[in-house]
Amino acid sequence: MALDLAQFHDAFFDESYEALDTMEAALLKLNVGAPDPELINTIFRVAHSIKGGSATFGFTEVASFTHTCETLLDELRGNRMQVTQHISNLLLKSVDVMREMLRCVQHKEPIDAQRVADLQFDLELTIAQNDAAASSPAAAPAPAAAEAPAQPAVQGMAHRWRIRFKPRPQLLAHGNDPLRMLRELSELGVLEVKLDAAKLPELEQLDAESCYFAWDITLESDAGRDVIEQVFDWAEGDCELEITDERAAPAESGSTEPGTTAAQPEPAAAASAPAAPAKAEAPAPSPAPKPAEAPKVVHEHDSPKHGLGDGSSIRVSTEKIDELMNTVGELVITQSMLSQLSTKVTGPVAEQLRSGLAQLERNMRELQESVMRVRMLPISFVFSRFPRMVRDLSQRLKKQVELKVTGEQTELDKTVLEKIGDPLVHLVRNSVDHGIELPEVRLAAGKPATGTVSLEAYHKGGNITIEVGDDGGGLDKDKILAKARARGLVGPNDQLTDEQIYDLIFVAGFSTAEQATDISGRGVGMDVVRRNIKELGGTIEVRSQRGKGSRFIITLPLTLAIVDGQSVVVGTETYIVPLVTIIESLQLKPAMVNRVAGQGEVFWFREQYVPIVRLHEVFGVRPRSTHLHEGLIMVVEGDGKRVGLFVDDLLGQQQVVIKSLETNFRRVEGVSGATILGDGSVALILDVPGLIRVASQRAAA
Amino acid sequence: MTTINASAQDAAASRSNQVLTFTLGDETYGVDILRVQEIRGWSPVTRIPQTPPHVLGVLNLRGSIVPIVDLRMRFNLERAEYTPLTVIIVLSIESAHGRRDIGLVVDGVSDVIDVKHDEVKPAPELGEQVSTEFIEGLTSVSGRMVMLLDIDKLVGGDIADVAALPAAANA
Repeated sequence: MALDLAQFHDAFFDESYEALDTMEAALLKLNVGAPDPELINTIFRVAHSIKGGSATFGFTEVASFTHTCETLLDELRGNRMQVTQHISNLLLKSVDVMREMLRCVQHKEPIDAQRVADLQFDLELTIAQNDAAASSPAAAPAPAAAEAPAQPAVQGMAHRWRIRFKPRPQLLAHGNDPLRMLRELSELGVLEVKLDAAKLPELEQLDAESCYFAWDITLESDAGRDVIEQVFDWAEGDCELEITDERAAPAESGSTEPGTTAAQPEPAAAASAPAAPAKAEAPAPSPAPKPAEAPKVVHEHDSPKHGLGDGSSIRVSTEKIDELMNTVGELVITQSMLSQLSTKVTGPVAEQLRSGLAQLERNMRELQESVMRVRMLPISFVFSRFPRMVRDLSQRLKKQVELKVTGEQTELDKTVLEKIGDPLVHLVRNSVDHGIELPEVRLAAGKPATGTVSLEAYHKGGNITIEVGDDGGGLDKDKILAKARARGLVGPNDQLTDEQIYDLIFVAGFSTAEQATDISGRGVGMDVVRRNIKELGGTIEVRSQRGKGSRFIITLPLTLAIVDGQSVVVGTETYIVPLVTIIESLQLKPAMVNRVAGQGEVFWFREQYVPIVRLHEVFGVRPRSTHLHEGLIMVVEGDGKRVGLFVDDLLGQQQVVIKSLETNFRRVEGVSGATILGDGSVALILDVPGLIRVASQRAAA
Repeated sequence: MTTINASAQDAAASRSNQVLTFTLGDETYGVDILRVQEIRGWSPVTRIPQTPPHVLGVLNLRGSIVPIVDLRMRFNLERAEYTPLTVIIVLSIESAHGRRDIGLVVDGVSDVIDVKHDEVKPAPELGEQVSTEFIEGLTSVSGRMVMLLDIDKLVGGDIADVAALPAAANA
């Protein structure tokens, strides 16, 4: 039995984190008062599978804690308890704690036992209070909710099976797993399991491969006796099994047709009642706050099942997808080579050949797009964390905020997705913290007390646009300007347009919040946001109206694997300049160039002097001409600096697939990668910020 | 003794290695044949800035970008013209960053020979002017001396990320 379970750990952690995300999302959608039974079931299933998994792998702390959660959830599921704000807060905290515990276990760090114990105590207290209060009519669940068809409610179950399951010690050695059987039973109906551990010996006498436990099981189910016996099929001979039906008429035990017992009139309420002793002085469970106070999440264009349904999917490593992309890229090049060749072919078959190749080209394009799409994930992977964040933040700040999410299904490349998370968190946090006003302020301004933060994603051209907006106070132009003047960022008499003023918030160390909170306002951030977005090849702009709110608009490329580039020629070499960095290309006349200190060359471009970088010098190639007026100047921008790149000539614009130089070689300053052109030759893709750095180092040397 | 893996695969060859030999001017060199990925004719390369002169540039090898090293320039031999007969041997090398493919430009490929382990002589010490650290040993085939190359040592340094380190830190 020395099976090494460690090999499954990664999969368990991956799945558990995903499951916790699902649980969190479901919890946030859960309405206080009238919960959707399907959601509760989803949450329950998650807790259950994490418990099962962690118990299997011996993560006892996780299993024990999850068990408590599960107990509480079971109460909710069985409608013996109502979903209150308090409980949903507790469960959300539990998600955090479980996530943290899993992380600790995964990295073999000690678990913060106090935090776990505290929360576990809170959960147990809530359960205990409910048990005590169960008899009080106020706590009785709304019966209407229990009648939802998806809910395996206690009412109307044909049988109440009492199962005495007493395995012999060799059960485990024969490959049977009691847990699996119990789990299977739980799928048949409402299960109550009582463990009989009386036979458990002292630790030193314990044989870890023997089973010492017995179980008393009560199962409320429509399933017949044969179905239940099937569960224990494999354990036949390894256990003592007694199955009795407490509800069905004696004559009818062993019936194979549940339908015949459906008319059984026994009231189910009686079955669940005995658990609750009548205690009139029992404290009522914490009262549910008015639903209006709770932050809500509005999901537009959101199918009810989304995110919870188990669409069929498989896990594939990105490496394999990249390999696939490489191969497809090769095919494209081969195909274009064949196309070029086919123009030289003459004769009767030439036409057929060409039409065949045209067909190939169409298929190739489709294939390439499909492979690209494999790397794409819906942006909901990032958006899903915001409902929770907005809810927590608004509670802490005593604000009422509604989060509106649209376009969750908009897809973009996984790498972009991973890198856009942090900037978005920052923007949403800013909107809640600085944008939305306190309810009183809002009411005084004639706005509804509940503010709205909107998150919107959509495709536009070859890009994805993400908008983060709020209907809060908007940016204070005068304050920004005053602060910029005080800091000397803007001259005292400079006249700025609104856009230029708003742009100032992206300058490092700039914050207009009156006081820095622990949430935001320390003035680190917006500059980082802009830098991160620029690194992804995207842009961010802000629109704002005083009193009406502000809106941040982020435009990102769909993928980092492809870049829109402009081919330029220097001597015999072709380089690709990313289109987003190009401002303008122009031809200089000798008189337009000024020399600084005898060597540096600059020219006047849009109200500023721009230094000229001769690409042939930086890259050490022989150009067609060294006279500036015989080539072209391409004004590019990187890291906020502008330079004029001197090149021989411009070729066409094209989309190129980025390939790393580091796979077989190493990083090269000023080059971000390489690509393979249509003729099979390699062209380098320029890293404009890096190139500007290299050039200025050369100038300094 | 560093090429045991080759002989282990072929016990019948009584502890011998197969070596691909090639020429540079008048000299004959050999590399372990298991490292050879392919042999191809010369085609123009794309230059890479800020690299040592013997790193000629990169080539597209079925979708991956492979650096090309001119072995004549690496050994400070007289430069030869690149002709359609010039040959690129694509080898896989083991570096600190994992497996890399790299192309060596040589004058021509000669033969595949069996080299018995006891026929390999250590490289002689030739003083400070001649670096022999990348010569694994010497052997002779029909009266011609063959220098067996340790390609990991020979080109490993060229692809190491030394130049980019300070830049990567502040990027």
